[in-house]
Amino acid sequence: MTARLRWRKFVSGTMLTLTGVCATVAVSVLFFILGYLVYHGGSSINWNFFTKLPAPVGEIGGGMANAIVGSAKLLLLASLFGVPIGFFGGIYLAEFSNSSVAFVVRYAADLLNGVPSIVIGIFAYALVVLPFKHFSTLAGAFALGVMMIPITLRSTEEFLHAVPRALREGSMALGASRWRTIMSVVVPAAYRGIMTAILLALARVAGETAPLLFTAFGNRYWSPGVSQPTASLPVMIFTYAISPYDDWHRQAWAAGLVLLALILIVNIFARAILSRGGTILR
Amino acid sequence: MHASVRPAVSVNINPTTVTPSRESAAAAAMRMNINKVNFFYGSKQTLFDISMGVAANKVTALIGPSGCGKSTLLRTFNRMHETVRGAKLDGEILLDGKNILAQDVTQLRRRVGMVFQRPNPFPKSIFDNVAYGLRINGSKLPIADAVEKSLRHAALWDEVKDHLHKSAYELSGGQQQRLCIARGLAVEPEVLLLDEPCSALDPISTAKIEELLVQLKDLCTICIVTHNMQQAARVSDSTAFLLMGQLVEFSPTPHMFTTPSDPRTEAYITGRFG
Repeated sequence: MTARLRWRKFVSGTMLTLTGVCATVAVSVLFFILGYLVYHGGSSINWNFFTKLPAPVGEIGGGMANAIVGSAKLLLLASLFGVPIGFFGGIYLAEFSNSSVAFVVRYAADLLNGVPSIVIGIFAYALVVLPFKHFSTLAGAFALGVMMIPITLRSTEEFLHAVPRALREGSMALGASRWRTIMSVVVPAAYRGIMTAILLALARVAGETAPLLFTAFGNRYWSPGVSQPTASLPVMIFTYAISPYDDWHRQAWAAGLVLLALILIVNIFARAILSRGGTILR
Repeated sequence: MHASVRPAVSVNINPTTVTPSRESAAAAAMRMNINKVNFFYGSKQTLFDISMGVAANKVTALIGPSGCGKSTLLRTFNRMHETVRGAKLDGEILLDGKNILAQDVTQLRRRVGMVFQRPNPFPKSIFDNVAYGLRINGSKLPIADAVEKSLRHAALWDEVKDHLHKSAYELSGGQQQRLCIARGLAVEPEVLLLDEPCSALDPISTAKIEELLVQLKDLCTICIVTHNMQQAARVSDSTAFLLMGQLVEFSPTPHMFTTPSDPRTEAYITGRFG
């Protein structure tokens, strides 16, 4: 074995180890967080956590039922608002627009995606909270919905682009209009990809705290309808974590665990949908 | 007098040559007439002054080497060229005597169907693929009967009748292509355009489709693009030979392959180029 060959083997081995270690670190961060949350929060998760309102300050116990329901309501409303805009905008971008319009929209969507979430919170505050003069579920959902638009739009566009031209032509050659072709052939062909993207967008905004701080605000009781301030899991974690009470700290850990578990479930579910539908391109 | 009985017509590249008079190609037996078609992609011209006819209930073949414009020409017959940006067409294309460029494009495509080079079934069941054209056209016919009829016409019924609700992607390539033919036939087009329908298929599937085309003449007019000269010779009644965007020769098929009028046609069909 020549010195040159030995050196090459050494470099190769070193780089293999280095990249392997970095990959392991990347993976272990997730498991570390998960383990830490289970360790601290697992013991505080009980039936009350899911069914009871927060206990008054100073009392031990209580739960976060209102925050769980509040988060669900926020996400539902945000999807009702953000998903259609992103979806139809993505269709426009992929199917109808000319290249200069597409460039502008795409660029704007990418910029919007990069806007710090706290800024989107301020935006929602100015647009929804100020005119109504109070915090509300609606304002929080608006902020989250705005964040979902660029993600849904860009992924819809990408998945539609991946649908072979031949399918569009096959449909148009039968006398289908462009719109009919898109809705009956192109979107069904890209459907799993788009569903996945929507679920991932949902998972992404589910954990957002900053845009909710001064829109949905928080609430220690049930929030009827959509025009009242509402509790949500991320804001509850924030509030409880910076509080001076040990019992609140434990509940913050528990809430973190529940939130992370929900997001992981959505993620895994989304990937499963995508992998089953991975063969739209034959 | 029309192309299928007329002796070989040579359209010379030289613009001073008189192209055959269109009046003589009377509409009676012609389903489509193509008059002086010029085609451009952006500033690049790809078809030059093409004039020819597509005889009713016959098979017309377009042959020529790659890039000669035969697919482009075929795609103008149902205005599929409009799906490409920057495409521009000059000239006149008549379907039953009426200019297709002035018609509603979705209506036109119901009358002039198309089968593509690679089988392109939709990501739906076999049944829904065939039913698609009927549904979008709001057909009043019982859909199941029409689907069966189309699949029988495409010689696919016996192979798929027991699993109509399986995904079309589970079929073989040849079956998928026959499914695409059935899908096109379901809307009962007057003309069926086929763009190299066998180029992605094995010889046995190809033979089945060729046999099918000859049978389909009774139902509709067929125009097929092929790079395979033997295929043109086997299935077509008249053949057009294109070269670099020019129509070199348009003759009855037996004539074209035995006594071509143009030396370039002879050079091509004897395999000296292309």
